Amino acid sequence: MSIFEYNGSAVVAMVGKNCFAIASDRRLGVQLQTIATDFQRISKIHDRVFIALSGLATDVQTLYQRLVFRHKLYQLREERDMKPETFASLVSAILYEKRFGPYLCQPVIAGLGEDEKPFICTMDSIGAKELAKDFVVSGTASESLYGACEAMYKPDMEAEELFETISQALLSSVDRDCLSGWGGHVYVVTPTEIKERILKGRMD
Amino acid sequence: MECVFGLVGNGFAIVAADTSAVHSILVHKNNEDKIMLLDSHKLIAASGEPGDRVQFTEYVQKNVSLYQFRNGIPLTTAAAANFTRGELATALRKNPYSVNILMAGYDKEAGASLYYIDYIATLHKVDKGAFGYGSYFSLSTMDRHFRSDMSVEEAIELVDKCIVEIRSRLVIAPPNFVIKIVDKDGARTHAWRQSVQDVTTASV
Repeated sequence: MSIFEYNGSAVVAMVGKNCFAIASDRRLGVQLQTIATDFQRISKIHDRVFIALSGLATDVQTLYQRLVFRHKLYQLREERDMKPETFASLVSAILYEKRFGPYLCQPVIAGLGEDEKPFICTMDSIGAKELAKDFVVSGTASESLYGACEAMYKPDMEAEELFETISQALLSSVDRDCLSGWGGHVYVVTPTEIKERILKGRMD
Repeated sequence: MECVFGLVGNGFAIVAADTSAVHSILVHKNNEDKIMLLDSHKLIAASGEPGDRVQFTEYVQKNVSLYQFRNGIPLTTAAAANFTRGELATALRKNPYSVNILMAGYDKEAGASLYYIDYIATLHKVDKGAFGYGSYFSLSTMDRHFRSDMSVEEAIELVDKCIVEIRSRLVIAPPNFVIKIVDKDGARTHAWRQSVQDVTTASV
């Protein structure tokens, strides 16, 4: 079994009309055994940038702590929040630092940039950025997620419709993956508010 | 075949661990205490390679004491758990410790809590957790009978159910267990469950 599949994860982010949604599953497993059903994969860096990390849970936690540290330092020096594109470059650089002994995670970054323009990107475990205009996926359920998102996505969705779409895409994909699931965690972010919702899917 | 498991009840947390010290086919002793008192209100139940288990838990215990000496106040359970995870994570890519840990503690503000810390430094706050082959039996038994806010008597009944399950279904089941509890009055040994006593040489 690949080390990326040790804990199990599913992460997806989608772009809407001046908003974005980022969602993850909630299972923490150790191979075939489920340890917890309330594991947090999505973290807020600041009000307009979120990062969700899939892959090995210990590296998810270590990397998250390092990134929060770097962003806080940036805030102290620059006296402002990081732009999503800048943050993505930071994550990419931090991952490539460990090129020959990498963090075993694949991040998905979503944020609202200048002029409320949503930004999403994903990268592999050594920091190769993939920008996308519509959706990005990561984790053990990524193949199912690609299919579900491609089928359900349309451009310029409003926040409520985006929430429905990303939730359905996530739940139907994790149902086909034994290592991810046990509910979903969805953040829908518009320029004025952040809405966090827990989904109840097939709890198995 | 080391079995460690624990759960959180109403204002207390209980951990149980087997007490066999085994080397290949030989049982060195069957009253080896694998649950260490970290300080007055914290317990650390560890399983894994014997040398690492003792060395690492003692290291954590001494550092927790050092913090208390330096700062005049004890660490919270969450802080101690995060410190432990940090040490495991730092060592992970240098010379890793093969120790799985369940940390139970009681804080005035947070109440009773239980932290699951993997040998690869995955940290998660849980209501019930288990390690080892015994986890396949104890986790399922706890899933079936656990309710939030159980009393001590109900929790001990559940722990006994798990021990019975492990004894009857695990092929080389450990004969003896120790049960320790931590609540507002502190951390202490609650009971032993022994089916095999050590024979002393005096009875010749």
